[in-house]
Amino acid sequence: MPANLWPSSTDLLRFGPEILLTLIGTLFMVLEPLLDGKRIFRTLSILTLLGAAGVTLAAHDAPGLSFSNMVIVDGFATFFRLLVLGVAILTVFLSGDYLEKEGHETGEFYALVLFSVVGQCIMACANELIMVFVGIEISSIASYILTGYLRDDKRNNEAAIKYFLLGSFATAFLLYGVAWIYGLTGSTNLTDIRTVLSSPNFTNSASLVGMSAALMFVGFAFKVSAAPFQSWAPDVYQGAPSPVSAFMSAGPKAAAFAVFIRVFLTAYGPISDTWTPLVAMAALATMTIGNFAALRQTNIKRLLAYSSIAHAGYVLVAIAAHSTVGTQAVMFYLASYVFMNVGAFAVVTYFARKGEQYVSIDDLSGLAVRQPAMAAMLTIFMLSLIGVPLTAGFFGKFYIFKAALDANLVWLTILGLLNSAVAAYYYLRILVVMYMREPGEATNNMDEAPFALRVTVWASALATLVLGVMPGLLLDVAGRWVLAIAR
Amino acid sequence: MDFTLPPLPIAAIPMSAYLILSAILFGLGICGFLFRRNLITVFMSIELMLNAVNLSFVAFSHQMKQADGQIYSFFVMVVAAAEAAVGLAIILTVFKNRETLEVDEVDNLKL
Repeated sequence: MPANLWPSSTDLLRFGPEILLTLIGTLFMVLEPLLDGKRIFRTLSILTLLGAAGVTLAAHDAPGLSFSNMVIVDGFATFFRLLVLGVAILTVFLSGDYLEKEGHETGEFYALVLFSVVGQCIMACANELIMVFVGIEISSIASYILTGYLRDDKRNNEAAIKYFLLGSFATAFLLYGVAWIYGLTGSTNLTDIRTVLSSPNFTNSASLVGMSAALMFVGFAFKVSAAPFQSWAPDVYQGAPSPVSAFMSAGPKAAAFAVFIRVFLTAYGPISDTWTPLVAMAALATMTIGNFAALRQTNIKRLLAYSSIAHAGYVLVAIAAHSTVGTQAVMFYLASYVFMNVGAFAVVTYFARKGEQYVSIDDLSGLAVRQPAMAAMLTIFMLSLIGVPLTAGFFGKFYIFKAALDANLVWLTILGLLNSAVAAYYYLRILVVMYMREPGEATNNMDEAPFALRVTVWASALATLVLGVMPGLLLDVAGRWVLAIAR
Repeated sequence: MDFTLPPLPIAAIPMSAYLILSAILFGLGICGFLFRRNLITVFMSIELMLNAVNLSFVAFSHQMKQADGQIYSFFVMVVAAAEAAVGLAIILTVFKNRETLEVDEVDNLKL
């Protein structure tokens, strides 16, 4: 037994972002009833998230394992921690005015965002399956509440109950997978599992190991909304408050991909021949279902939900490649996807107005005449989601399909490219409605966008364009911080 | 962590029995989730699945003479409790707004 249970200062630093966010989140819950003005929480949460980003960078200078190898701080963890913190900052900027308009601005909304980010940061740095489980649950439970945040709104309730039931159902599968791999290898530590699985003395049945991997795949596939576990996403993104949809389609998803990659590349690396075909099939199904279902949508939030399913499919293509280049492509893709998706949801938040009345695609008609700047921004996001050159989305797709070709997944690359062509149709339809139609009831008499919302939109658009012109900036970072594949 | 656990008084029951029971409970949970129509029952089915996993953890833990698995089952219980708190609150708001707990009647969000 270890004599000294008190964590060392390095341990605390490596787990610093989570500790900071938890403390301040709890402080918010204490302060909430004491403070009358709720606007202060916006500033406080932005400062906290920036502080956590600072601690993340400080922790990155002291990389390594801590808390009995349960937490690992490496470049990969730092990358995804920074990414989810960035998403949370954009979400807070987006949420303030929305909540004020709905008359529901409270401190606990921001506390819940912080708690959800805690879970995502744990997912990014977990090196142990129980940590993975706890991280996923912290992130999910906070997201369930955020989804149903406006508790008198029927759509919010329905989205929350669907998300909650299907989410817990999927987590049970993940956990059953954890139990089995623990029983088969005697450990839940990812590197230990890898050592046991690759040792020649390992005599347990390979099909049972495969079954545990499949069970965990079900859990992760749900969290990243991959087929055939994608059915919750459209309902939840449509029903949740728009800023929360923006948050959920970016932060938890990126963190889930991070943990998915870490578990399957590290622990299940020795049996990669078993799971790569499975991931490739899931990638194809996810892309196809997402894109073809999106063609028929009339609600823009639902359309973005199906588009986010399709994008999860592209990311799975790169994971199926099972290479360092593939992981690097995933990192680049997720970072660029986060900006274009949050940006698109930000424009939707602005456009939907009180009670989210205007969320149909036809409502956007003539937006370019009334609000040319907003229409231009939405155009940038849509072009980036299609993958048009000079936007981040182009290089994201380029690196992913290049990684797939390097791994000889020619059929998947071809089908993926065909899928992107299908996707262009529904994104372009939005542009046609905005630019080619006369302004309608919804686009007349629109107010100016609030300052914070404009900041979110402009920042996302700027990031999308910068990454589209100079992808090297981020790709170098991703290359340095990528999770290496041990052979 | 190596230390000896006291022998189970029912040591005659083989390991596989625990695992099969756990799998059966997990399967029953899945069936309940898929086929029951009441929100509370659906939620109870999920709890059943989590407890089936706990049984596996404890059984494996005993087989390997490690305490880890038993500690994991505590983690699962804590998380399940947190989930129950949030889940029941969500179910309550649904009931308040719709006066029903039938899964099929909560269907406003459609194409």
